[in-house]
Amino acid sequence: MTELPIEAVKPPRPGRLVAAALAALAMVWLVYTVIVNPNLHWDVIVTFLLDGRILGGLWITVALTALSMVVGVGLGVMAAVMQLSDSPVLRGAAGLYTWFFRGTPLLVQLIFWLDIGLVFPEIGIGVPFGGPMFLQWPANELITPFTAALLGLTINEGAYMAEIVRAGIRSVDPGQREAAESLGMSHRQILRRVVLPQAMRVIIPPTGNQFISMLKTTSMVSVISGAELLTVSQRIYLDNFEVIALLVVASTWYLLLTSVATVGQRFLERRFSRGH
Amino acid sequence: MATSMVKIESVRKRFGHLEVLKGVSLDVPPGGVVCVVGPSGSGKSTLLRCVNRLETIDAGRVWVDGELIGFAEKGGRLHLLRPEELCRQRQEIGMVFQRFHLFPHMTALENVMEGPCTVRRVPKATAASQAMALLDRVGLADRAGHYPRQLSGGQQQRVAIARSLAMNPKLMLFDEPTSALDPELVQEVLQVMRDLAASGMTMIVVTHEMGFAREAGDHLVFIDDGVIVEEGPPREVLSRPRHERTRAFLGQVL
Repeated sequence: MTELPIEAVKPPRPGRLVAAALAALAMVWLVYTVIVNPNLHWDVIVTFLLDGRILGGLWITVALTALSMVVGVGLGVMAAVMQLSDSPVLRGAAGLYTWFFRGTPLLVQLIFWLDIGLVFPEIGIGVPFGGPMFLQWPANELITPFTAALLGLTINEGAYMAEIVRAGIRSVDPGQREAAESLGMSHRQILRRVVLPQAMRVIIPPTGNQFISMLKTTSMVSVISGAELLTVSQRIYLDNFEVIALLVVASTWYLLLTSVATVGQRFLERRFSRGH
Repeated sequence: MATSMVKIESVRKRFGHLEVLKGVSLDVPPGGVVCVVGPSGSGKSTLLRCVNRLETIDAGRVWVDGELIGFAEKGGRLHLLRPEELCRQRQEIGMVFQRFHLFPHMTALENVMEGPCTVRRVPKATAASQAMALLDRVGLADRAGHYPRQLSGGQQQRVAIARSLAMNPKLMLFDEPTSALDPELVQEVLQVMRDLAASGMTMIVVTHEMGFAREAGDHLVFIDDGVIVEEGPPREVLSRPRHERTRAFLGQVL
């Protein structure tokens, strides 16, 4: 048999060449104007990148994100399972929760949680409907900007996660449930061993997006002085008037965090696509 | 009643306004192999699913090994069983589905171990060696570490049979086990089922495989439009059907 190698000549694509040249030119120009711009104060940016206050704010941002995601995912799973329950009361309660917290702005919720002392001056444990209280604290001591931020972010996240988990659970072939039922597995066992592991494939990508967007959403906490990355950056620039430089510092850290999170998401997606 | 492994009495089942089973009765003795045939939509799969209560019934009774399925009779009244009691009843009844429904995130071995480990709390090592023996029995010991996606349809169905057998059921239900298979893969599954029948397992098989019904079955039931039209020894029903509807159906499939 004779070998017939292919060494074909590519047809010219002048349009694409021109577009690429223009895009490259635009990028070079953009970078150039940013670098040579004397108003950007690169020395200030470099100094504050590893400033103790910035690193403290970074730590709060990471802690807020991690805690509110973990608890939010837990709340979401619970609400999703309730929404798929046979009991109309459980379905209604979960539906009301997602409806309310997805339907009001997070910004409003955050301010509300910080000021909850105006509605409930005392928070404690006791018999409901006006019964005796065993333990109680003044709301103003319990609710710091951090706990208010945590409450707001967690409860809001739970409402979004509920929808994601519900979609994941519903994506699992009903035949899987029947096969597990005919082995004699209980509802709880079916959920834990058969349905959730398969739902994870559908749940993980949007949850990764939620995590990445949560890293940035924590900056909203600056309206209630949450002491996270944006808040500390603002405090510094209110002092030294280096507004743009500190916003660049904050953005650099946000970009770094989201890039690391993206790598983590890839890893998790591979881990949960076993057998596919 | 003690002489029947399965006793189905006047079972009715409705989906909305459509009555799929219109009073079906059937007796399967221990070790009996009953094949159920009929046109699609005749209610044969629904009947099978009523036996392990994947479907609830609207009227009638189902007993397996003398035990009423889905209900307890106390003081002359029927009480719906609690979920955990239903689980206990289902443990005794194996079921094989048309589309296998293996757990895709588990290997063949893990699929077979799942019932004993999770439901019966059998130690992992014991369950693994029993599962290996079962995979060997269906000729797939060398595929233990494969995920369902890496197996052919026939292999997946044989793993599914092993998964059901791992629970040591008294009874096996087969819901068109070869209908989703490529023609050349049908025989390997039927062979496993023939061996199982020969070992004395009680089986109810919904199938279109008349050859299997003739050789391995000892009773044939023809269902059409929610009622049993004709039943008897397979050879007799297949070669000398008495009813016009049976003749018409067999004329199409044979």
